[in-house]
Amino acid sequence: MQPILVVTEQKITAPGKLNPASLEAIAAAQDLGQRLGAKVTAVVLEAQDRGLAAELAARKLDRLFHLVHPALAAYAPDVWVQSLVQLITHVRPSLVLLPHTYQVRDYAPQLATRMAAGLVTDVTGFHTDSGHAVFLRPMFQGKWSAEVEFSSQSGDTPGFVTLQIGAFRADQALAGDNPAPIEAFAISPDPSRLSAGDIFQEAKQAVDLSQAAIIVAVGRGIKEPKNLDLVRELATALGAELAASRPICDAGWLPMDRQIGSSGQTVAPKLYLAIGISGAIQHLVGMKGSRTIVAINKDPEAPIFEVADYGVVGNLFEVVPALLAALRAAP
Amino acid sequence: MKILVCLKQVPAKDAPLKLDPQAAWIRDDVSYEVNEPDAFALETALRLKEAHGGEVVALTLGPARAAQVLREALAKGADRALHIEGADAHRLDPFAAAEAITRAIAGESFDLIFTGLQSDDGGYGQTGVIVAELLGAPHATIIMHIEPAGEKRVRVKRELEGGNFQFVEMPTPAVLTIQSGINKLRYATLMGIKQAKNKPLARTTLEELGVSPSLNRQHIRRLFLPAKSKGTTVIPGTPKEQAAILLEHLRNDARVL
Repeated sequence: MQPILVVTEQKITAPGKLNPASLEAIAAAQDLGQRLGAKVTAVVLEAQDRGLAAELAARKLDRLFHLVHPALAAYAPDVWVQSLVQLITHVRPSLVLLPHTYQVRDYAPQLATRMAAGLVTDVTGFHTDSGHAVFLRPMFQGKWSAEVEFSSQSGDTPGFVTLQIGAFRADQALAGDNPAPIEAFAISPDPSRLSAGDIFQEAKQAVDLSQAAIIVAVGRGIKEPKNLDLVRELATALGAELAASRPICDAGWLPMDRQIGSSGQTVAPKLYLAIGISGAIQHLVGMKGSRTIVAINKDPEAPIFEVADYGVVGNLFEVVPALLAALRAAP
Repeated sequence: MKILVCLKQVPAKDAPLKLDPQAAWIRDDVSYEVNEPDAFALETALRLKEAHGGEVVALTLGPARAAQVLREALAKGADRALHIEGADAHRLDPFAAAEAITRAIAGESFDLIFTGLQSDDGGYGQTGVIVAELLGAPHATIIMHIEPAGEKRVRVKRELEGGNFQFVEMPTPAVLTIQSGINKLRYATLMGIKQAKNKPLARTTLEELGVSPSLNRQHIRRLFLPAKSKGTTVIPGTPKEQAAILLEHLRNDARVL
């Protein structure tokens, strides 16, 4: 069996620091490799040696490729694709695993297509069937899961897979008995057609929701901005911070700095009340670490109930006033 | 600027989905709407045309019912539309879908091609980027702002993780995948709906383009309800009873109040 290659990534705002999703990808590759009888290799891409490769070599890896080139100083999809095509052509892996980061989402479809290969995105799990991998991924906003496999994978074409952030555990990435051998691999990418500016934040975040003990979060089910007063009252009664899913902030009903999810804040309060939030994966990744999760939603099949400890199936315009009344009756 | 906007018809957000086990897909008897980020992509294209002139072409890939998203796009202000019709369009993977789109627009020269960043049904998030690769054009994803930047160049704002952003400049033609919330959606006016009836809506088929699921590089074996990662306690009763039972649990079992 040809090896599994893991493409690691640095933190976009802290070059030289590993994006922890890279370790999740290594953990997934080690698990899958064991089941398929494939060794795991990894690659580090950077502009100069900042010690990342040495750090990663402590993991249980068969080989570790180190791509160092000035063109890798700032991310550009065409540079990443050319560099990885050169490496993958050399390594000839059976599968290439990547964390499902914003950066990977930007270049992985181009990379796979360049190599005449398929790409299965946002994978949450896998099993094997007669020696090949079957991947699980969400569909219909997480309401359903799908079993997906590559169509007639030929020996020369790897399968590309991106792994949902948080679906695999970084702390399960095995350490090696000996440091993995680091192999410098020379690349010669053309200059990018894109020129990227600095990474910036829109405005200093006024609200740090990560410190809140209780969060009342509201979603599309609230229907109209004037109805927000209802959940605002509930937040006040509970001593909670008010937060929202993306559509509410997109519509301007609440400011962006109250948004929970992959494009907003990640929180883990002791109590999280999700009110009228269906639970798209982009929202779940921002709150599923909360200690106790309550979901109030009219749709019993809403994905939010998959992560909820307590589920109230009902009309939020009836349930929330009842909650307020009960809270006021018995302080 | 000549802009192509790819729009997908997907099940409505609150539509209850039922499985069709034979098809490894959902049953077709649900209500449909335009994929949300695609609606924002159309709005972005219309605003660019209004500010800088040009043409907006709406494209969809789907069965006969999907023509509805094109009629809506024409009513909102798109100049013409192209329907790639195929009853089994839902069986195409992102690569085959991108092949169909690329073949359907062969001979046209768009300055910009927009898609939504991903669809609410498949959620692959790949089709736009693959179209760029098949055309040999640069691309950028999860876009929150677009402006011309001189002759045959655009400057765009990409959304990154954790509230970060970045401006990127590139030559056109280019493919951009648009994020929801980039602007405010307009409604079609009565006048727009009237005018739409006289706008060209061209039709081709997957068959004519030589695209079928045989081009797929991945396929779905089956769909199933995901296993719950937690044992959820479902609270029964009237709203008043539910409120009382929930508070009881939060105070005495979870001990978070």
